[in-house]
Amino acid sequence: MTVRVQYFAILREQRGVAQESLVTEAATAGDLYEELRARHGFTLPQERLRTAVNDEFAPWTTPLREGDAIVFLPPVAGG
Amino acid sequence: MFKISPEPIDPAVLARELRDPAAGACATFEGWVRNRNDGRAVVALEYEAHALLAEREGGRILEEALAKFPIVKAVCAHRTGALALGDLAVWVGVAAEHRGAAFDACRYIIDQTKLRVPIWKREHYADGTVDWINPAERKAP
Repeated sequence: MTVRVQYFAILREQRGVAQESLVTEAATAGDLYEELRARHGFTLPQERLRTAVNDEFAPWTTPLREGDAIVFLPPVAGG
Repeated sequence: MFKISPEPIDPAVLARELRDPAAGACATFEGWVRNRNDGRAVVALEYEAHALLAEREGGRILEEALAKFPIVKAVCAHRTGALALGDLAVWVGVAAEHRGAAFDACRYIIDQTKLRVPIWKREHYADGTVDWINPAERKAP
């Protein structure tokens, strides 16, 4: 299936793009992060991040579907 | 109203949204860009946000504050983009019948915003280096 992934902050820097469409066999958002972490060498472990699927915060176990928009959110630092 | 603002924040405009005849107290908090962080000299910084999720999560925080404390209105705005030393990074305002709840809710909103809202900070240091801030790696809270 094809999904769209958006990157922010340190993940965007480490990936080198702000967003991309990609083909994956990952079953869940968590599986997709691990696949991309292995491919791109992201330094943050999954447990330090949150994920959002289709513009809503979602658990890592969320199953992925064709056309989903996934965001990986690094540790926040507002204020 | 929780607003992510790429433009400078105007506290006077936001404070007008708090006006209410039932309110006898108003507490506000301003977060400013400071010249030092974690022992390093900071010269400027950038904030980046996932605006949609940030405004949604920030809105939830304001709803929680309205449910937890006897307050009348609450507003928060957070800057994104490039900021200089002394610039206003975040503004929180709470109107309440009495001051105690106004202070408590103001504290709750800024604390939860720092913990939960998807906003990221990239500091520029005097030695020319830059770094994304990861709160878990820092000594100070």
